[in-house]
Amino acid sequence: MPTVASLAAALQARQISSAELTRQLLGRIEAAQPRLNAFISVTADEAVRAAEAADRRLAAGEAGPLLGVPIAHKDIFCTAGVRTTCASKMLADFVAPYDATVVARLKAAGAVMVGKTNMDEFAMGSSSENSHFGPVANPWNVKRVPGGSSGGSASAVAARLVPAATGTDTGGSIRQPAALCGVTGLKPTYGRVSRYGMIAFASSLDQAGVIATTAEDVALMLQVMAGFDERDSTSVELPVPDYAAALGRPLAGMKIGVLTEFFDSGLDPAIEQTLRAAIDELRRLGATISDVSLPNLPLSVPTYYVVAPAECSSNLARFDGVRYGYRCQNPRDLKDLYERSRGEGFGAEVKRRIMTGTYVLSAGYYDAYYLKAQRVRQLIADDFARAFASVDLLVGPTTPTVAFAHGAGDSDPVTMYLNDIYTIGANLAGLPAISVPCGFAHELPAGMQFLGPHFAEERLLNVAHRYQQATDWHRRAPAGVAS
Amino acid sequence: MNATRWETVIGLEIHAQLATRSKIFSSAPTAYGAEPNTQANLVDLGYPGVLPVLNAAAVRMAVMFGLAIGADIAPRSVFARKNYFYPDLPKGYQISQYELPVVSGGHIDIVLEDGTAKRVGVTRAHLEEDAGKSLHECLPGLTGLDLNRAGTPLIEIVSEPEMRSAREAVAYMKKVHTLVRYLGICDGNMQEGSFRCDANVSVRPVGQEKLGTRAEIKNINSFRYVEKAIGFEVARQIELLESGGKVVQETRLYDPDKGETRSMRSKEEANDYRYFPDPDLLPVLIDAGTVQQVRAALPELPDQKAARFVAQHGLSAYDAGVLTASRELADYYETVVHELGEDPKLAANWVAGDLAAFLNRDGLEIDASPIGAAMLASLLRRIRDHTISGKIAKDVFEAMWAEGLPADAIIESRGLRQITDQGAIEQAIEAVMAANPKQLADYRAGKDKLFGFFVGQTMKATQGKANPALLNELLKNKLGSAGG
Repeated sequence: MPTVASLAAALQARQISSAELTRQLLGRIEAAQPRLNAFISVTADEAVRAAEAADRRLAAGEAGPLLGVPIAHKDIFCTAGVRTTCASKMLADFVAPYDATVVARLKAAGAVMVGKTNMDEFAMGSSSENSHFGPVANPWNVKRVPGGSSGGSASAVAARLVPAATGTDTGGSIRQPAALCGVTGLKPTYGRVSRYGMIAFASSLDQAGVIATTAEDVALMLQVMAGFDERDSTSVELPVPDYAAALGRPLAGMKIGVLTEFFDSGLDPAIEQTLRAAIDELRRLGATISDVSLPNLPLSVPTYYVVAPAECSSNLARFDGVRYGYRCQNPRDLKDLYERSRGEGFGAEVKRRIMTGTYVLSAGYYDAYYLKAQRVRQLIADDFARAFASVDLLVGPTTPTVAFAHGAGDSDPVTMYLNDIYTIGANLAGLPAISVPCGFAHELPAGMQFLGPHFAEERLLNVAHRYQQATDWHRRAPAGVAS
Repeated sequence: MNATRWETVIGLEIHAQLATRSKIFSSAPTAYGAEPNTQANLVDLGYPGVLPVLNAAAVRMAVMFGLAIGADIAPRSVFARKNYFYPDLPKGYQISQYELPVVSGGHIDIVLEDGTAKRVGVTRAHLEEDAGKSLHECLPGLTGLDLNRAGTPLIEIVSEPEMRSAREAVAYMKKVHTLVRYLGICDGNMQEGSFRCDANVSVRPVGQEKLGTRAEIKNINSFRYVEKAIGFEVARQIELLESGGKVVQETRLYDPDKGETRSMRSKEEANDYRYFPDPDLLPVLIDAGTVQQVRAALPELPDQKAARFVAQHGLSAYDAGVLTASRELADYYETVVHELGEDPKLAANWVAGDLAAFLNRDGLEIDASPIGAAMLASLLRRIRDHTISGKIAKDVFEAMWAEGLPADAIIESRGLRQITDQGAIEQAIEAVMAANPKQLADYRAGKDKLFGFFVGQTMKATQGKANPALLNELLKNKLGSAGG
C-alpha cells in the first residue's frame, strides 16, 4: 500500500521521481473521476510543475517527509490562483488571491497538490451529496455515500488516488467520512491548526485536519500543518511535538474509557460487534479498559444544531453578490440583488442552516436557544474534563451506521444530522479525535473513534498506530483499487 | 407652543476614529483621502477565509480614554458581531462590543457659557470597526463602494441621557472632542468624519420622571449641526405632543440644507442585529499592570491643565478654560509665558484675545498661525519694557500677522517706538491746549469729562506713541485741576 511514508522513502531513494508519481496519480484520478466524482478541480499542470520543483530539491539532496508527495486539498482551503468553490454555485468561479496557512505550509514542505476535493457545500452535510458539482461516491460501493462533508478527500484516499488529503471537521466532517470510507481521519484540538484561509462554516467548531490511510501518515501531515499562526487569533501558541516519534510507544498502562453513551440503541449491532473486538485488541495491547459515562453527551446534536447554524448565518453573510462570487442577473435594486444572489447561489441545506441560525439569534429567541446551547456546550466540555481526570483516552464508534445509500437523507434532514451523533461532542468541547478502520459491517467499513484531552494528538496517534500495527483493517482497499 | 412646560432629554453616542496607523483588525493603513479601495486589504474586503486580528494600539487608546474620564476598565471584554446587510459592510456584520464593553462608567465635566458647571455621566465606551462608504454621486445609475474606511477603529462613547438642552449637548461634545485630542487618540477632524455623533432626543412634561419616546438623529458631523438638529427636533416633538400627537420611536436624519430632521426608519423597520460573541476573536484581557502603565503615561488632561493655569499663572477660570480648549493652544500659551518670563496674564489676554480672534477670522488652526509663540512673546516684551503701548501693540500685531515680520522690525520701520521724552509730550500738550481754547475753558470751569478729550487729542498728535501713563500725568499738571 503506497503510504506517505513509503512514497517519501521511495522518492528519497530516487526509486521514482515526484513527476512520475504525480503523473501516475493524475491518471488514476482522471480514470476514477466519472465513478467517484471525488474532485472538483484537478490541477494537473500546476501539479507536474510542483513535482518537478520537488524533484530538483530532492536532486539537490534535500530531504523531507512530504517532499514530492502528492496530496489533495479539500476545496474549502483557499489556494492562490486555483479556484476555491466550497462546492457552491456561490463560489463556482472564485479564485482566491492567497493561500490558506495550511496550504502554504504543505506547499513549503514540498507536498504536491494534485487537486481540490469535492465536499458538501460550505461543509454543511454528512454525505457529500450537497455539492454544486454533483455527489461523491464511496469507492467501497458507489451507490453509497462517502460521508461528509470531507467526502471527496475520504473517497480519494480510500480509492488510493492520493496517499493523504486535508479535510475540515466542524461536527465530524473528517472522522465520519473517514469511517465510512475505511480510512484514518484526525480532527486536531481546536486551535492546533490555523483556520486562516479555510472558508468558515462555524468558527468556534471548525478545525482543519487530515485524512490518510495510516496514523503514521496523519502524523507526518499534522507535523507540517500544526502550529501557531499570527493571522488566526484562535490558534494556540504551543510548541508542536514530534508526532512520529511518539507513534511506537507501548500501550501498556494506558487507561482507555469506553464511552457508554455511544453504545446506544441507534448503534448498528454489526458495528458494535467490530468495536467490541477492537476494544479486546486494545486490551491485548496492554491498555486498561473501563466504562465511562458522559451524561450530557446525548445533548450534543441539538446543541450543535443551534451553535453551528448561528455562526454560519453570520459567516455566510459576506456572500452577498457585491464584491465576489455569484451575482444574479439584472438585479432590480439592492434588495433584489441580495435576495436572488443568495437565493440562487446557495443550495437547500445551506439555506436551511442560515435560516435556522438567523432564527436562534433573533431578538426574543437568543436566550432560549443560543445562550442555552452555550450553557449546554459548557456542561458537555465539563463532562469530558471530568472523564479525562480518570482516563487517558475515550473510545467508541465513529458513526452509528455504515455508509448509507445516496438520497437516503432527502426526506428528513434530521436523520442525516443524527449520523454525526458520536462525532459532534469533540467539536463542542474543542477536543482532538481520530477515527481508524476497525472492521466491516454489511461489507462496508466501520470506524473506531478515540477522543483525547486538549493537545493530546500524540497520544491519539500513538494508540491508533499501535492498533494499526496489530490489525490490517486500514490496509484493506475497495475492490478494483490497486493497493 | 409652550416650551417652558417641557423638559428636553438628550443622550449622545459619539463615534471617534482612533488614530492608529493600521486598522483595528487588519494591517491595512488608515490614511484618509487615498484613492478608493487602496487602503483595504483582504480582511477589510471580507474575503472568504480571512480572519480578524486585534490591533493592540486601539485597545490601549480605549483604556486611555476610560482612565481620562474616571471609568472602569473591564479586565475582560468581548467583541461581538452586529449583523446586518449593507453594501459598505463587507462581511455582513460589524465587529463591535455589546454586552461586555472595554470601558464603562465615568463622566465628563462641562461648563456652560453662563459659567454653570455640570457633570454628564458616560454609560460606556466600546471599540468597534467603521464601515466603508457608498458613493451615490460618481457613477450615474450605480452605487460605488469605497472600502478604505472599512475596519478603521472607532470608539463609541455613549452618554447617559443627562443633557437638558442643545447647548449642553454641544458643550459635552466639545469637551469630549477636546479630551480625545489631548489624549492623541483621535485627530478630531469632523469634516473627514473622524468625530461624529448620534443624538437621542426626547421631551417630557416638566416634573415627569418617565422619559418620553425618543428619536435618534444619526451621523451629525459638526457642533453647529448638533445644536440645530436638536433644536429642530425638540420643537418638532413639542409641537406634535401639544397638538395631541405622539412621538414615535424612530431613526431620523438631519438635513443641514433644509435645517430639519426627517424620518429614516421606524422602530418596526429597525434591524434585529442578532448580536453574538465573535468566535474569531478571543476575549480582550487587560490586567491591572497594563492599566497602571497606561495611567502613568497619560498626558496632562484639560481640566488638570486649566486648574494649573489658575493656580500657577493666576488666570481666571474662564481664561484657563479657553486656553486649554486644545492642547496645541495651551502649549502655545505656555511657550509664550516661558519666552516672556513674566506677566502670564498679559500672555493669556493676548493668546485668548487678539490671537484667537485672528485665527478665527482666517479659519486657521493654532499650528498654522503666522505669528509663532516666540514672535508673540517678543511683541509682549515691547509692551512690558514700554517701547510701545498696548494700543500700538495691536497695530504691530496686525502688521506682524499680515507680513510675517518680527515685532521689532515693524516698530522700527514704522517709527512706532513709544514717546517717553517728557519734553516732547509737553510740547504736544501745549499745542493741543492752544488749538482748543473753548474746551480748555470748559474743562477749567468744571467739565472734568473733557480730560479724555485732551488725552485723545494729544495721543492723536503723537500718532498714538506717547507713553499713556506719562501723558496722563503731564496732562494733569498742564491743565490744572477741573473746576479750579
